[in-house]
Amino acid sequence: MPDKPTDLVQGTLDMLILKTLALEPMHGYGISVRLEQMSRGVFRLNAGSLFVAFQRLQRAGLLKSEWKATENGRRAKYYSLTEQGRKRLNSETREWGRQVAAIARILEAS
Amino acid sequence: MSLLRNLASGLRSLFRKKQADRELTEELSGFLEMAAEEKIKQGMSREDARRAVRLEQGNFEVTREAVRSATWESFVDSFWQDLRYATRQLRGSPLFTAAAILSLALGIGANTAIFQLIDAVRLRTLPVKNPQEIAKVAIDHRGGASGDFSTRYPDLTYAMWDQIRKQQQGFSEVFAWGPNVFNTAPGGEVHKVQGLWVSGEFFETLGVTPILGRLLGPEDDQPGCGSPLAVISYSFWQREYGGERSVLERTLLINRQPFRIIGVAPSDFTGVEVGRYFDVAVPLCSEPLVNGESSQWKSRAGWWLSVMGRLKPGWSVERASAQLRAISPGLFEASLPPEFNPSNAKHFLQYKLGAFPADSGLSDLRQSYQMPLCLLLGLAGLVLLIASANLANLMLARASTREKEIGVRLALGAGRGRLIRQLLAESLLLALLGAALGAILARNLSQVLVASLSTQNDPLFVDLSADWRMLGFTMGLAVLTCILFGLAPALRTASVNPGVVLKEGTRGTTAGRSRFGLRRVLVVSQIALSLTLLVGALLFARSLNNLAGLDAGFRQNGILTAYIDFTPLNIPKDARIAFANDLLQRVRAIPGVESAALATIVPISGDGIGHDILWGQTGEPEGDAPVADFNIISQGYFDTLQTKILSGRDFNDHDTNGSPNAAIVNEAFAKQFAKGMNPVGMIFRVRTLQTTRLYEIIGLVRNTKYFDLREDFQPIVYTAKAQYATPGTDAQIIIRSRAGLVGLTSAIKNTAEAVNPNMDISFSSLRTTIEEGLLRDRLMARLSGFFAVLAVVLAVIGLYGVMSYMVARRRNEIAIRMALGAEPASIIRLVMRESGTLLLAGLVIGTALALAGGQAATAMLFGLKPTDPFTLGAALLSLSLVAALASLLPANRASRNDPMKALRDE
Repeated sequence: MPDKPTDLVQGTLDMLILKTLALEPMHGYGISVRLEQMSRGVFRLNAGSLFVAFQRLQRAGLLKSEWKATENGRRAKYYSLTEQGRKRLNSETREWGRQVAAIARILEAS
Repeated sequence: MSLLRNLASGLRSLFRKKQADRELTEELSGFLEMAAEEKIKQGMSREDARRAVRLEQGNFEVTREAVRSATWESFVDSFWQDLRYATRQLRGSPLFTAAAILSLALGIGANTAIFQLIDAVRLRTLPVKNPQEIAKVAIDHRGGASGDFSTRYPDLTYAMWDQIRKQQQGFSEVFAWGPNVFNTAPGGEVHKVQGLWVSGEFFETLGVTPILGRLLGPEDDQPGCGSPLAVISYSFWQREYGGERSVLERTLLINRQPFRIIGVAPSDFTGVEVGRYFDVAVPLCSEPLVNGESSQWKSRAGWWLSVMGRLKPGWSVERASAQLRAISPGLFEASLPPEFNPSNAKHFLQYKLGAFPADSGLSDLRQSYQMPLCLLLGLAGLVLLIASANLANLMLARASTREKEIGVRLALGAGRGRLIRQLLAESLLLALLGAALGAILARNLSQVLVASLSTQNDPLFVDLSADWRMLGFTMGLAVLTCILFGLAPALRTASVNPGVVLKEGTRGTTAGRSRFGLRRVLVVSQIALSLTLLVGALLFARSLNNLAGLDAGFRQNGILTAYIDFTPLNIPKDARIAFANDLLQRVRAIPGVESAALATIVPISGDGIGHDILWGQTGEPEGDAPVADFNIISQGYFDTLQTKILSGRDFNDHDTNGSPNAAIVNEAFAKQFAKGMNPVGMIFRVRTLQTTRLYEIIGLVRNTKYFDLREDFQPIVYTAKAQYATPGTDAQIIIRSRAGLVGLTSAIKNTAEAVNPNMDISFSSLRTTIEEGLLRDRLMARLSGFFAVLAVVLAVIGLYGVMSYMVARRRNEIAIRMALGAEPASIIRLVMRESGTLLLAGLVIGTALALAGGQAATAMLFGLKPTDPFTLGAALLSLSLVAALASLLPANRASRNDPMKALRDE
């Protein structure tokens, strides 16, 4: 069983992967490093959960993949956003913002 | 959309599994190597970097498996693997596999066959356009009615149909129809075909389209009829005309009247009656032509039609019913038979019409076979339960030999869920194979069943083509049995504790009684259920025996009936009796004929005549007059059937038109009307629709059955054929003879032809008629007997299996006992005590089940109660005997064990 990082809210992993890929196509390891850097080491993802997510997103039509050479001359699968994936990222980001704002309001009210 | 993409991509990776696997492996190892390189860059050694990555990311194989198993196709894939593994396992033990599949196939096959019949006669809708709109029009709770009844559905008279057609509003179209048997031979021995009278709206209303020519329409059904037309069924077209298109110019003789064939109905249309078929359909208006003098068409007291219709859009059956009810008073007023006496008329005018759903057609089979079929389905269900229990037992036995293997796999990290799935796959495979074989068996079995219920005089046609209901039923059974026999053993096996199992010696420890307990429970329930089935089978067998051996009051063997129709000879009314008598004398003169007589009614043939009896010379009864059954006979009838004349005399030559009306009555009549006194010399009146006549009783005879062997003896009046006022144009001769049937029938044919070759003749044997009346009882006795034998065999195998297993498990204990000086006899006692306990528990539960379940069969038993102690005793005794034999074998084996060898094996 892939152990999901417990500190990652359920369902947000997909959104983070989409966000990571918004700039440029990347391979699996690249995505994992980028996520760790951007979260300043808060999110450490193991290969298992990442690849399960890639598979899921690809099947949902949000990602596409392509085998390409890396800068080190190695072959790797590069993932990139589809048009649908880009739309989904936008809508999820908006939704996330709304939710966070709402939760913040509730927490501040008490 | 995304579901589709998921499916497509899943299928792609399923079919290109190797490639998909390779890609995943490459991608994952690439990931790990990149992670390691990163660490090397930070200054770690290659070795340390690799170890660090493994620690962070976990086992490579496990990760790969986790990614792979996150998709749906991996589930399919592993299921496929499980099935292949199961196939290998089953192939490894062919004997077990064959036994399992066969017992399941028998169980599932029996259930499916009976369900198929229930489906065909009960559940299917008519093969016509929008069957749910079809409803039947009939008199609501008609009860007793007066008049002449013919056809299987004598719901209404022609006059009523005429009124319904004019006055009803709830149906867009209505039609009338009635089944009949037609004779298509030009003369001599009759050739019977299944006929339908149909009104002009019949085919149109049902939405049937011809496959050749055209069908009958309203213009073909006009009073007078002109030159009559006929439509034939597809099967008749194939059978009699070889499917030739030239059939349309042909003429068909129906009771000697020529009918022009105008079309052929489609192959799936067999009429509106389930379980029957038709060969020829002719318009109602041709009935007077065919039936001549005995026509029902004009007679207002002739009940011979059934009416159905297609509801208008927006009209429910209830609404149509209410409208019919509202028009009833006027309708029955207008169709009142003029010959009815006031009491009949009063009853008649109170009738109310109603509409009834008829989307699944009409069927008299449904009434007579619904209960037997449901009961049989219950019995077959019990057999399947026993088969499942048996199989569960075998699976448990197999599982116990695989405990070690399972223990090793668990210890190596196999998931319990996956193990259970794997074990269930084996059960599922068995269940599916059993169901497939069972479906094939069912096909044959249901055909045999229908064939065994179909007789020459009453041919059946049941559409047995497979449909989704049957398919669903069979699949449902397969899954159900799989769960029944597979789940418990699978759960049990997968729950072993690897530590314990692996530590256990190969033999020696008795692996916990609880493990063994389930098998005991299974055997006890098998014995209980098979006892129930055995009791049921014995009840039906004894009931059939009671019926077959019953003294019906007349001789049943060696009696032949010859029915001679001399309508074509146009003999005037006053010469008919003499003509019939002449035929009788000629038949009596045939060598080998011991005795012969004329009779209008042959007992147990289903035909009957009933009239009101008014006791004494004068006086009207209060309320309804009592009714007696009638038969119009010639001298010698009682001699022919060997019914004893208890007092008085038989009819003789002096009983003629000129002398007072004479009657012979039976004991039941004397008991009811003469209060048990000798009735000879007493007077009574017979009230028919037209007249009331005075009769003097001249003889008393023994009771005989009239309609049915099951009935209580009813009062019967015999009157003299010679004194009959309205003789018909036929003669029914009952013949007792020593000669063989074949020689006798040809001799009678020759005799009749010598008189006039234009007469129609048909024959039937009394014994055959009676046996055909017992079809249902015979079916129950045979099938329940078959089920019971199957059940007992399975239960005994189960008991034998458990006892052998127990003996094998306790081999060491028994060996020690013997080494310490136990006699072989005491070992046998030990084993027998064990099996006796199981048997006793099974028999006690089974007796309770049989007593409770027997209530369902009460109505179908004759001459005994479901709690019949003798039957129960016989079942208990026979089951105990075979069970004792089955456990004696392993007991004997145990007692002959060489204790030294057993202990050395340890």
